[in-house]
Amino acid sequence: MLPDSIELIIVTPEKQLLRESVVEVVLPGASGQLGILPGHAPLITELGIGELNYRGANGNDSGVMAIIQGFAEVLGDRVTVLAETAERAAEIDLARAEAAKARAEQRLSAGDPNIDFDRVSISLQRALIRIQVARKYRGAPVETH
Amino acid sequence: MPTLLDFRRRIRSVKNTQQITRAMKFVAAARLRRAQEAALAARPYATELARVLRSIMSRIDQPEHTLLARRPEERILVVILTGERGLAGAFNSNILRKANEFLRPYKSKKISVIPVGKKGRDSLKKAGFTFAAEYVNVLARVNFGTARDIASVITELYAKEEIDAVYIVFSEFKTVMTPNLVVEKLLPVEPTRPEEETKEEKASAQVDYIYEQPKEQLLDKLLPRYVETQILRAMLESSAAEHAARMTAMESATKNAGDVIEALTLHMNKVRQAAITKEIIEIVSGASSTA
Repeated sequence: MLPDSIELIIVTPEKQLLRESVVEVVLPGASGQLGILPGHAPLITELGIGELNYRGANGNDSGVMAIIQGFAEVLGDRVTVLAETAERAAEIDLARAEAAKARAEQRLSAGDPNIDFDRVSISLQRALIRIQVARKYRGAPVETH
Repeated sequence: MPTLLDFRRRIRSVKNTQQITRAMKFVAAARLRRAQEAALAARPYATELARVLRSIMSRIDQPEHTLLARRPEERILVVILTGERGLAGAFNSNILRKANEFLRPYKSKKISVIPVGKKGRDSLKKAGFTFAAEYVNVLARVNFGTARDIASVITELYAKEEIDAVYIVFSEFKTVMTPNLVVEKLLPVEPTRPEEETKEEKASAQVDYIYEQPKEQLLDKLLPRYVETQILRAMLESSAAEHAARMTAMESATKNAGDVIEALTLHMNKVRQAAITKEIIEIVSGASSTA
């Protein structure tokens, strides 16, 4: 018989963010989004930069997080997310993310041959996912000053 | 013979010192609580990461990676975590003594060190060690970034085969009163300690994973992260231990100041009494001579 729930554990180097029983998790895998339902086969993946969604049994305890790199292990009825950074939508500092985005874009468009292109594009991606998650799940899009 | 006024001055100055040590004790206690919470909060990640790494390693027949490569230990690197500031009792000197003890058998080998914390840097520099890098003013607010920097320095040196083994010396936080000095091996990575393997893990070792990425690629990402986490954990532990040591030292300093004040007050009263007695005798003898 398949289990009817998954224990979702989200940890970052600084702290444990979440330990909850859920019925569905969508992970931002390095090679695409991964939907995990109870009874999934054991799996290990690297995580990219993206959003993680989970849904609890009674529908109202679902949530979303911005995940920036890490690993996830699916084992039996447990999903362990070892994220480098994970932030709940409500905790994201939108103004800071906007500023980081502007900075990265400006750096990319400046055309300076000495910039570390990978690093700048990663910081741009980080900023974008933060903004996306924050906007999407905070109701109305937030205007920035 | 010190006068009453001298005693009063001494007592006042000791009282001032006591006030400072008492304030420092409270500051250290508050910081200790914060550091302890941080150390505790970081634990789940470290245990989960170690577990995932172990389970991948056990599923790969011959794990091969530059960070797993064993070489005869001819050139060793030691990361030494001390405090940024003094006034923490024997905290810093204990760590440095432990480091020296550990290094004694390696005297004939090539040793380089990475001090973390100002106190360690200063005295290791005086002792004439070669620094591979140094990190100061990073322990007041321990963050993952610093741990990552240190890890990338040592993994790079190791990958280039410029060093053969990396150890870390730090003070582990067990309880407030008893610091526990430890030396741990960082590289080559030895994540499989059989005694730590739980029953559940043994049972699950039979099932193989679906790997979204090649195993080697995962290992390549996991191993450096494991080293970073080890360093982060050491830094958090060391910072908690430092605050605990400072708190204990300041508490005993406050107590000692209290003892000194007591002794001085007793002495002062004796002097005062002697002066009064002398005056009475003078008055009495003066009165009897005029009578």
